[in-house]
Amino acid sequence: MALSSVLQTPAAGFNFDNVTRNAALEGLSEGGQTPKPLKTGTTIAGVVFKDGVVLGADTRATSSEVVADKMCAKIHYISPNIYCCGAGTAADTEKTTDLLSSNLSIFSLNSGRNPRVVMAVNILQDMLYRYHGQVGANLILGGVDCTGNHLYTVGPFGSVNKVPYLAMGSGDLAALGILEDGFKHDLELEKAKELVRASIHAGIMSDLGSGNNIDICVITRQGVDYIRPYQESEYRNDRKIKYKYRPGTTAVLTEKIVPLKLEVVQESVQKMDTA
Amino acid sequence: MFRNYCATPADIQAYQKESARKGDTMNSRGLRSQLKDSVPVAGLCPQGAYGVQDSLRSGFTSIKNELLPSHPLELSEKNFHLNQDKMNFSTLRNIQGLHAPLKLQMEYRAARQIQRLPFLPSSNLALDTLRGSDECIGFEDILCDPAQSEVMGEPHMMVEYKLGLL
Repeated sequence: MALSSVLQTPAAGFNFDNVTRNAALEGLSEGGQTPKPLKTGTTIAGVVFKDGVVLGADTRATSSEVVADKMCAKIHYISPNIYCCGAGTAADTEKTTDLLSSNLSIFSLNSGRNPRVVMAVNILQDMLYRYHGQVGANLILGGVDCTGNHLYTVGPFGSVNKVPYLAMGSGDLAALGILEDGFKHDLELEKAKELVRASIHAGIMSDLGSGNNIDICVITRQGVDYIRPYQESEYRNDRKIKYKYRPGTTAVLTEKIVPLKLEVVQESVQKMDTA
Repeated sequence: MFRNYCATPADIQAYQKESARKGDTMNSRGLRSQLKDSVPVAGLCPQGAYGVQDSLRSGFTSIKNELLPSHPLELSEKNFHLNQDKMNFSTLRNIQGLHAPLKLQMEYRAARQIQRLPFLPSSNLALDTLRGSDECIGFEDILCDPAQSEVMGEPHMMVEYKLGLL
């Protein structure tokens, strides 16, 4: 970008032209004035139960010490049978899951099938390993496909783990404690939902970066039940976002109707070229 | 070295023939534009004529910027497709023999030449189909779309650069 004339069209994809400039700018501002990216200091958890997978997440997004979003959606749609919880840098998780979802829907259109969870995991692993951890996305993928119910975790450097129960994010230690205590194989649906809710609740109580409401997503062979919010926090404020009053709130005292006489002065018709 | 060590004499002959064919320059492509195909080594070849930094066109020199990549991913991203192709072709060569990567590379080279003039956007349809990237979406399709770039190259200079005349 320093050249007045460009000799080749710039390559598509990531552009590293401004890295030295950014490093110099950070040095100039002397200590923490640069804006921090939005991170989801988070608690996310997942459990495999008898008929499918339950995923849970809190809804707080923080930007260093400030809560940036109280109702953030951390459970992302990948395909009709696969959902993904994301922890880490919010933009990275969203874009990565969007790309993954697009790739899998191209595959579905080509083959006429729902994708398998291993395919999603492999695509993610390749993508994240390529960027050597610079894309800060810690993801929990859960889904039901023709081979069964699966729960995987993918780390930012491309590591993959296949597990029956899992928690990630900054509140994962507290959540994992509850999961370790309460997990059994082949749980029933209500017990599984209660287990995930309790583990996210423990994460919210013990971690500053997690809070507000709890979202739960139940994926079974029959379909997906995305309950948002599953449990609302007691400390929400009931500030109204919209100030719409229903008709009749203000009493009408008098009414006078004056009809406007309009006459057509000129009419012109322009045909649209729809070929 | 490894390639010549475990290759049969017929293989070595084929390899030498292929590299001799590579040295044949076509009329419409200058030498510098062919050099651009290879994996670039940082800091050894300044861009101007005779190896001297071309201040008019590329600005002032900074040895540090040339030697050290500013971002840990910069070098690996620049050479990502080249490295992947090299890895895949050498695996293919070890499994199936020399003919497999030769045929594939011939097709890639043919498809890579189907381009419009350098300042116009080319669809690269044949190349995408060969690579399989017509059914994938990656960051290179979303970020820095060349169709929406803010700078436009001057057409005459871009064609001269591609032909190696500049």
